[in-house]
Amino acid sequence: MDPVFPGMLAEIDAFLDGAPAGPGWSQDMLAMGEQVLEAWLAARGEVPGDDTVEGFRLLALHRQGCKGVPSFNACRETCREIVFRHNAAALYRDDKSEMLNQLRLQAMVVKHLALFVGGKLIDSGLGDFCCASRPLHQPGAA
Amino acid sequence: MDGNDLKRVAYYPGCALEGTGHAYNRSTKEVGKALGLELVEVKDWNCCGAMEVKNVDPQVQTYLSARNLAIAEDMGFDTVMSPCNGCYHNLKKAEYDLAHNPHAAEVNDRISRKAGHKTYQPGGVETIHALDWIRDAVGEDELRRRAMGKLAGLKVANYYGCMYTRPRHIYPEKDKGPGSESTLNPHFMDDILAAAGAENVDFPLKTACCGGAHSLSDSDTSTKLVLNILTTAEACGAEVIATECPTCHTGLEMHQVRAEKVLGRKTNVKILYFTQLLGMALGMSASKVGVQENMSDPSELLRAKGLG
Repeated sequence: MDPVFPGMLAEIDAFLDGAPAGPGWSQDMLAMGEQVLEAWLAARGEVPGDDTVEGFRLLALHRQGCKGVPSFNACRETCREIVFRHNAAALYRDDKSEMLNQLRLQAMVVKHLALFVGGKLIDSGLGDFCCASRPLHQPGAA
Repeated sequence: MDGNDLKRVAYYPGCALEGTGHAYNRSTKEVGKALGLELVEVKDWNCCGAMEVKNVDPQVQTYLSARNLAIAEDMGFDTVMSPCNGCYHNLKKAEYDLAHNPHAAEVNDRISRKAGHKTYQPGGVETIHALDWIRDAVGEDELRRRAMGKLAGLKVANYYGCMYTRPRHIYPEKDKGPGSESTLNPHFMDDILAAAGAENVDFPLKTACCGGAHSLSDSDTSTKLVLNILTTAEACGAEVIATECPTCHTGLEMHQVRAEKVLGRKTNVKILYFTQLLGMALGMSASKVGVQENMSDPSELLRAKGLG
């Protein structure tokens, strides 16, 4: 199976393998997360919005992406974790080692988002019967 | 809930704990015994409906879970403990469904009458997870006293999987502030293992999807998701991933092997049930908590840490 976001995954892997990070790398990874969610919305025929939730478009896009698709909540914490690591990296801007640690964690979480959404773009049922407990949301259910 | 109320609870192991999750069953019982807790197995229990029945007919799944709750109530219990995330989730879902969906309640009543047993009414029994049980019945201070720091020096990433916290609305007791479990950042397993001396690493994929339900139908997706969980745990410094669900545990172990075979990516992090770690922290041997039943062999690591 080919990866759905090959360029992005390659860029993240290169960073995780030791490639240096530019000054805007954390912001770039936030943008990657948005790009992943935009692809999900586009695949569903929706126009990705520009709103923000708690100051982050990523969180708003996730909220938009899970409307009517409760299994998409499987990546809710993943998106929040990306934002958290982004903030943590900013917090440690004077501690290079800890900042790099937070950037690495952010990269791994963005990668997970890309893998999960990539998986759902191939098989939309991913996550339907575990996280989402889809039957609870079907017509006639509570 | 008062910890004393949890010293003796109904036990719903579920099917996985009699099969692939046998070591979880064994270690849960051994830990309970060592801590002076009593588990009374639900008589003649049946499958909770797992993923499959939910797919075919969600109301039948609600009935199947409700039947187990009805039996536990008949046995005189107001609490049923389920260590498997899938079972725990399904019993909770049934509880929610029966309280909020008149059709589900009607179907449950109809099948229960036909089967010749009492119809379960929501609110009769509270379902808890093994994490709730140990944390609330024993408490962190007592665990700390009993374990005497036996897990000291062991770096652990706690992986909760998805069904322990999702969907949020079937877990009304969570997210109630200090002392309650968080759906966003669960911590009960962290608390328990920290009390036993373990060093919990900062692990950002605690509840990330492992592709569990797609393990067989779309193995590549699952393998890639699991590999990222494993490599992230290793990058966070973890020597062990602690699990609290037989499906998560099997998925992590199975795809660890598959990632090496198919993708050529070997990872060394060991995967152990939290009850296995806790059991060894309480002085049990590795075999007593079923470590030999795990797919990955952690014996070298355990020896180095003076465990098992």
